[in-house]
Amino acid sequence: MVRAGTSDLANNLANNLDCPDIMIPAEQPSALQVRGLTKRFDRLAVDALDLTVRSGEFYALLGPNGAGKTTTLRMVAGLLRPDAGSVSVLGIDALADPIAAKQITAWVSDEPMIYDKLTPLEYLAFVAGLWGIDPRVSERSARELLVSLGLEPHLHERCEGFSKGMRQKVALAGALVHDPRLIILDEPLTGLDALSARHVKGLLGERVRSGCTVIMTTHILEVAERMADRIGVIAAGRLVAEGTLAELRQQNGRNDTSLEDMFIALVDVEAAVA
Amino acid sequence: MSSAEALTWFARHEIRLAWREWLAMMTGGRRKRKRAVIGLIVFAAVLHLPAYAVIGRFAYLQMPLDKSSLIVITSTIFLAWALMLSQAIESVTRVFYARADLDLIMSSPVSLTNVFSVRIVAIALSVTAMALLLSTPFVDVLVIGGGSRWLAAYGIVIAVGLSAAAVAIAVTVVLFRLIGPSRTRLVAQILAAIIGAGFVIALQIAAILSYGTLSRFAVLTSDAAAAFAPDTGSIVWWPARAALGDGEALLLLLACGLVLLGAVMAIFSRQFADTAVRVSSNAMPAQRGSRTTAFRTGSRQQALRWKEFALLRRDPWLVSQSLMQLLYLVPPALMLWRSFSDSSTAIVLITPVVVMAAGQLSGGLAWLTISGEDAADLIATAPLSAARVTRAKIEVVLIAIGMTFAPLIAALAFASLLQALVTAVGVAIATICATAIQLWFRVQAKRSQFRRRQTSSRLATFAEAFSSIGWAATAALALAIPLAAVITGLMTAAIVAATWKISPRRG
Repeated sequence: MVRAGTSDLANNLANNLDCPDIMIPAEQPSALQVRGLTKRFDRLAVDALDLTVRSGEFYALLGPNGAGKTTTLRMVAGLLRPDAGSVSVLGIDALADPIAAKQITAWVSDEPMIYDKLTPLEYLAFVAGLWGIDPRVSERSARELLVSLGLEPHLHERCEGFSKGMRQKVALAGALVHDPRLIILDEPLTGLDALSARHVKGLLGERVRSGCTVIMTTHILEVAERMADRIGVIAAGRLVAEGTLAELRQQNGRNDTSLEDMFIALVDVEAAVA
Repeated sequence: MSSAEALTWFARHEIRLAWREWLAMMTGGRRKRKRAVIGLIVFAAVLHLPAYAVIGRFAYLQMPLDKSSLIVITSTIFLAWALMLSQAIESVTRVFYARADLDLIMSSPVSLTNVFSVRIVAIALSVTAMALLLSTPFVDVLVIGGGSRWLAAYGIVIAVGLSAAAVAIAVTVVLFRLIGPSRTRLVAQILAAIIGAGFVIALQIAAILSYGTLSRFAVLTSDAAAAFAPDTGSIVWWPARAALGDGEALLLLLACGLVLLGAVMAIFSRQFADTAVRVSSNAMPAQRGSRTTAFRTGSRQQALRWKEFALLRRDPWLVSQSLMQLLYLVPPALMLWRSFSDSSTAIVLITPVVVMAAGQLSGGLAWLTISGEDAADLIATAPLSAARVTRAKIEVVLIAIGMTFAPLIAALAFASLLQALVTAVGVAIATICATAIQLWFRVQAKRSQFRRRQTSSRLATFAEAFSSIGWAATAALALAIPLAAVITGLMTAAIVAATWKISPRRG
């Protein structure tokens, strides 16, 4: 472990942090390392889950409804306290030092939570303020983000009249405005039209190319198939399959199988076992 | 399904929804309803005590009455009508704007006029049922003390409820036609707040200007009021006569209420449907925000405080609710202004009113800032500790209360330095206690749920009310009988401590 400033990653982080004492690992660690993560509500939602997402990777987490995807990601984002296990974000123990982990993480839920009475620009200014970003930097990047998401005509309109897709785009822009190193998205394409979905996918692709890590849950398997570097399938709170599309096909024993067929086969097997 | 069958089915559906909504409001959505219902019954029984204290001495009243008594009874009935009208306007706006089933209903193959006729009746019934529930302890006290003739008062409540619902529907639909859907919502909510408090405050203002007292009875029982009032045989006194057991007057008022509601249904049902269609088809017009940059240098807490103040300023709901709280400050402010020219001892009454208003307003503000967080995930994933978030939100409440009450206290200082000091301390303590109670009982909610904040914890609501009343009484006694103030102060502190002890956030 070294002080912020000794690697490119650490430099980027230090620019965003107003907490100079946060320790950043020198070597490139995994973007996310989850070990033995467990959460129980009325029933076991996440069952001693192990998951590793590499830095600069686009990772798609798939699973049927109630499989534990959202619960897992909410624990990673610091929204839920796990019953057991560990979460490491870019080498930072997210349970021991949640503030440092949150500084480099962004979370976007499937239900966009924004303030009806603020304009998109005001919302992004608030998010940038919360993350302690220099206003000169954040104002420029906020405008660029909103323009790239097609919200330019609505920059000064309050969000209360926005459609779900527009709200989702504002929430996404809010997640990106503080330049996070790990972006966690829960069903980000829900409610978006084809053009908006393409904008969002383009934006996420750009972030991954610039070294950012994206973890996304989706029910649109085509998106996972086309965009994800690796895919994880979760069922009954456990990771039942993981790998690139080719690796998953290899595991399945057939090279011509679609992701949809593989997913249904995996989920069916798990349901039968349960 | 025939038209009549469809109507009956829809009426059953509405009654079931209204019942569940009412039950959820009463039980705070908890599953242990039996315990909640028992608690409510006990509470209703306890309410008979204050009802007896307020109204018990009037149980002996019989016709014929003198003009002053008729004025007091008629004004009380009018006040109840104004409060029900306020409640009914609220209900009507909710039917237009907040019912999630409008799309489903309007896309179904049923006559919208019939459907909305049922909904109008449902509004009238729910307003009347709530009024009956609240008036029961008072009518019971009158029946026990003055005999069964007082049962007629229930009939008055029903007549008042029906007519209030009818007028509310007419007012809202007319407002909608005149100023459009988006403005109607805000204007109707503010109107509801003003109507609810307006009558009492107007009486108080008249009393202050004429008699230098905050008591509204001073005006009602004055010779001047009696001189202006019509003869005792006038139709104006029929509600009072009906309440005292005059069967003929009661039947006539009930008939008037039903005819009014029927007329409103006949005239407005079709328009009601049109209005609902227009509200659902018209997207909310884009409201322009400030063009000045919101990107400022500052700490994370400053960003949080800026957000809270921006949301408070732009929240029409809060504007109307705060307006109601602040309206109660008009009479004491007026009294203060009068005291500069007339050294009245009644100026002491300002202190408890101001302290009480501060406690209530800070409770509402604290709920909005602490519990009412629309982007809870965003705040929870932001890189700052929960303690810093809470501190920033509490600061917003304290600053808002300070800005509201400081001018009044400063003006009071010119009249009496000691009273200003006592009032300032009372405001500070009442604010801190109300905010602390909201903090101990905080639940995650949307700001739009503000109207129902009391249902999430009845205990917090009562504790907040008792705390405000207790500190208001303590402040008043501190000026008049300091030793008694020590006792009420300790009692109120004990209530707040007990609330903390049983709160879910203790520790």
